[in-house]
Parts: sequence; structure tokens; C-alpha cells
Amino acid sequence: MPKTLFDKLWDAHVVRDPQGQPALLYIDLHLVHEVTSPQAFEGLRVAGRSVRRPDLTVATADHNVPTTDRSLPIADPVGAKQIDTLRENCRDFGVQFFDIDSVDQGIVHVIGPELGLTHPGMTIVCGDSHTSTHGAFGTLAFGIGTSEVEHVLATQSLPQNKPSTMLIDVGGTLPEGVTAKDLALGIIGQIGTDGATGYVIEYSGDAVRQLSMEGRMTLCNMSIEAGARAGMIAPDETTFTYLEGRRFAPQGAAWTRAVAKWKTFRSDDSASFDRTIEIDASGLEPHVTWGTSPGMVVPVTGCVPDPAVAESEADRRASERALEYMALIPRTRIQDIQIDRVFIGSCTNARIEDLRAAARIVKGYRTRQGVSAMVVPGSQAVKRAAETEGLDRIFRESGFEWREAGCSMCLGMNADTLEPGERCASTSNRNFEGRQGRGGRTHLVSPMMAAAAAITGHFTDVRDWKFK
Amino acid sequence: MTPFRRHKGIVAPLDRSNVDTDQIIPKQFLKRIERTGFGEFLFYDWRVKPNGEGDASFVLNEPRYRGASILIAGKNFGCGSSREHAPWALADYGFRAIIAPSFADIFANNCMKNGLLPVTLDELQVAALIENARSIENYELTVDLESRTVTDIAGFSASFSIDDFQRHCLLEGLDDIGLTLLHEGDIAAFEQRSRG
Repeated sequence: MPKTLFDKLWDAHVVRDPQGQPALLYIDLHLVHEVTSPQAFEGLRVAGRSVRRPDLTVATADHNVPTTDRSLPIADPVGAKQIDTLRENCRDFGVQFFDIDSVDQGIVHVIGPELGLTHPGMTIVCGDSHTSTHGAFGTLAFGIGTSEVEHVLATQSLPQNKPSTMLIDVGGTLPEGVTAKDLALGIIGQIGTDGATGYVIEYSGDAVRQLSMEGRMTLCNMSIEAGARAGMIAPDETTFTYLEGRRFAPQGAAWTRAVAKWKTFRSDDSASFDRTIEIDASGLEPHVTWGTSPGMVVPVTGCVPDPAVAESEADRRASERALEYMALIPRTRIQDIQIDRVFIGSCTNARIEDLRAAARIVKGYRTRQGVSAMVVPGSQAVKRAAETEGLDRIFRESGFEWREAGCSMCLGMNADTLEPGERCASTSNRNFEGRQGRGGRTHLVSPMMAAAAAITGHFTDVRDWKFK
Repeated sequence: MTPFRRHKGIVAPLDRSNVDTDQIIPKQFLKRIERTGFGEFLFYDWRVKPNGEGDASFVLNEPRYRGASILIAGKNFGCGSSREHAPWALADYGFRAIIAPSFADIFANNCMKNGLLPVTLDELQVAALIENARSIENYELTVDLESRTVTDIAGFSASFSIDDFQRHCLLEGLDDIGLTLLHEGDIAAFEQRSRG
């Protein structure tokens, strides 16, 4: 029987599969951060349990860390306590912790791949919905809640009902200036924010094969915004080239053996999926969200839609509510929308390639007067790499702030937030009401689009950009 | 975990779709390291104005819905962040069941770990219940997990489906870590096999 990539990963991790119950799946890598873990560790303590496999568990502090000077104490005592708690928990339970002052600290979904912890064929979980990012390497990676974090800490396994499978086949080639982010937003615009609920998505096709690992991570990262349990891409030479030599990647003979095995992690030619969607990348444009859900998105050449033409009564009311929150008038051209802030960061778009793409746009330009822009690298390693290439200088000279690594204004748990009414071009993943700060108005875009908006002060089609 | 068998309570209508977990419990309340005490921050940005006053126009602030323990909402309820703080806040506030046309996966899972029952009914049924909750004073529903039904005294009756095993765990209030650890031998055997 031909199998999908998902079937292969699932089957390889089933510990037991009792009739009428969820299967028990083995978890190869458990990533932990400060916000969704304290109650899980406390649960272990109360029950007198230990961490079954501390060697398969890795922690970092990313969600609420300040992105300003790391040598200063954390001003927010509640946030500081949460990080202290993770530090203590990791010490008490023997878990490796990349602390706030570590050279390896960063957003959990950036450092996993970067350190070579993420290998094709793995099952990976984390108390964070964007765990789907790791699917870019041909892993089954998904977000879990804190009760499940505790379950995985205690048992290194998780009861799971088998999801359905969806193939999104992206043919053609993404045009210049159209990125993995635009592809992700385009898909969500098409299928909706619940279009993949109950599914694991596999992305395939020429346009996906042509993506770098960074682009693939962006695409898989956004799977959750379509409601998917996970997103995945079969590993190939691009994957192996990215991983080779990384600290926790297999070395020497083990590497050769691993690659041979990893090459089998692909859907068989005649494998069938529960649902298949075909998309032509050649026709895609840069995308900009206009509302308060990632599915409220249009091409940069488009206009804010009129709720009057919504498909259903519920959609119409949702659109009206979103427009009121976003202070937008129907039929406004997207390129006429003025912005106040720019955020380049997050587990979606803060890897080195994202920063290179943004820097290429801003080079030789100054941010528009009145626009405040910041770059928050996804990890300290990304930050160092960018500084080695001189990207930090390009950003600073253009008027951007250059920060320390963390989740930052993607969710605004730290001091990096929008003020009420501020409008932001953001490379993050969620434009929910108040996500980046109460009353803040978020428009999701690619790093190039965010960079261009910082320079012109409004959304601008990067396909027409005059590079300096 | 608190078992869920049968619950009768006042119904509050939240007629919005795609209610995300950032709305259910905004990020500024995620820094606490406890599981309890999140109820007062439920839907904070909708319940409380920036100046700290309650927003009288928000459904949960209407006196008639004080004490509501069943929430009815639009499709894709609980989308977004995996934060379990969302069901903690709903449960701590006093909700025992949420009825919607659909739920986000992670959120629904998280609810069931906390004795909070997500009930999926179709859009028309949900629309009817929202209307009832608005037009009928002290409108109550009975959610019965054993019979998998939602009923009211006026004759509304709908059945819902739920995974058998999850239903069993909720009915009994089972701790699934304890259940899994009964199969510790299988886990160890799997680890042994994977090494080889």
C-alpha cells in the first residue's frame, strides 16, 4: 500500500495502537519555553514524576525576553520570574537550557533547526502552535498545550488521533519579489483559517522544491494559521545541505547513514491524500492582510474588500468588525494604507535569509519620517551572522532599530508592543485584535514588503522596487 | 481532572467567528506560573475598557448573563495560539461547556484536558441557540455527555459526536499521564527498538 510522508512518519512512531483509543506516539524531540511550561513542571513535582528523556528535551527563553540590552536586569518582575522558573526547572529536571545570555538563545523554532536538533523523520512537539515550522525538514511537528507538555515530559509520548492528510501542490515558480510568506498568505486566503482543521498538510511541487530551507520553514510555520495540525515538506538535497555540519546533526558515517534513511521520507508516487489542492505559484503576488484574521488577505495590487460582498452573513459581520478595528474603509487601495510601525521578526520571518531580503530593500534608503521600524533577529546566531555580513549596519543606517533575539512584537509579551491605534507592517504570523498590543493594527506581510513599507510609509509593491 | 457527565446552566451567546485564544486570554496574563486565577482576565480586552471600566456592551458584562456556564460562539472557536491558559480562563470563569460549529484542534484538545467540554453543533443549530439565549431570559441548556445531547426545556434537542475515548476520559475524569504510564513497558520497548 503506497504511503504518504505523513503515514510513514506516523507509522514509525506508534508505540501502541489500541482499538478504539488514540494511538500512543513516541516523541523524538520536545522543545520547551518559559510561557507554556511552568505549570507542566509543577504538575510533575506534585505527582512525584521525573522527565523521562531529558536528553530529548531542549529549552530556551524566547517569548517574554527583552530585546534590549541583555546585560541589564529584566524590568518586568513577573516576566523575570517566569524565566527564572524555567531555569530552575531545567536545572532540577536535567534539561538542557539555552538561557537568555547564551550565544545559542533564540526563538525556539529558529534555534531547533539552526543547531541541527531538527532532523528529517522526527516527531517534534512544543507548547507552541508554530511548532509546525519544523515540518520543513520532513518532520511531524505540532503544537501542544501545557497538559500535553507535562505528558510528554513524563512519558516522551503522546496519545493522538490520526489526522487527515492534505496535499497542497504548488506548481510553477514564485515570481521575483513574491516569497514563501506570500504563498502561505495566498493559501490561507484561499482555504480559510479553518480550511485545514483536522489535517496535516504536505506541501509539494516545483515552487516548494525551489524554496530554501528558510522559505520552507516560513511556509510550514503558517500551516497552523490555516488550522492545520502540522505542515511538512519531504526532505531533499536542500534539506541535507542545510543540516550538514550543524552541531547536533549526525556526523561522519552516521551522517551518511542518516541521509540514506532520510531519502525514504517522501510520499510514494501513488499515495492518496484525503484532500488535494493545486496552486500555480507563477500567478501569485505579494500579499497584505487587511483584517484581524490571517485569512483576511489580498494581493498588494488589491483593495480593502467591501463586506457587502461577503459570502455569508457571518463573514459580513466579521469583516465589518475587522474593518472597524483596523480603521479601514472598504475599497481603499492597499497601497494607500499608511503605516506607523514596522516589525521584522518572529519564527515566521526572522532567519538570515529574511534579514538579507529586507536589507536588500532598505539599503541606501531612509525610513519614512514618522515610521518607527525594528529588526528582531530570530536567534543570537542569526544576529551574529547578520552582523558579520554587515546587515545590521544597513538597517541602522536606514533608521531601523537592531535588537536582541526573541519573539518580541509578534505577540508583545515583552515591552515591544504597539500603542493603541498604531498601524504596523509586520512579518509575523497573526493579525488578531490586540495581538501586538491593545488597539494595535497589524498587517501581515513578507520581510521585503515590510522593509519597503518602512521606506515609503505605506504598502508598496516590491516588484517595482528600485534597489540601490 | 474534573469529570464531565451532565451540566445544566445559563447560556451566554458570543456571536463571533474565529475567536482566537489571544482574545480569550490576552498575552499580558500569560506570565503567571500558576494554573489558576485566569478567570478574571477572560476576554479581558473585550470585557474591560482601556480606562479599566467594564464595557457594558460586551455580552458577559450584561447582568442577565452573569453566572453563565455554557458559551455559544461562531465557527473556528479557539484558533491561534496553543496557550492552555485559554481553557484555564474559561473554566476558572465558570464555563463548563462551549458550543460552536467548529473548534481549532489544539484548543479543543486543551479543553478536554481540563474538564471543559467543546460541543460541535451545526451552524443552524448554533444560530438557533444564539437566538434563544438572546430572546429568552435565563435561557438554560443541558449538555449531557453520556447521551451526547444538548437539550432545553422548550423542546430543543440536538445530538453531537465526540471521540469515544475522549468522552470516556471526560466522563471518568481520567488523568491521561497515569493511563499512559500503565504502558511504560511499551514505551521502553519502543525506545529499545529505535536504538537498534
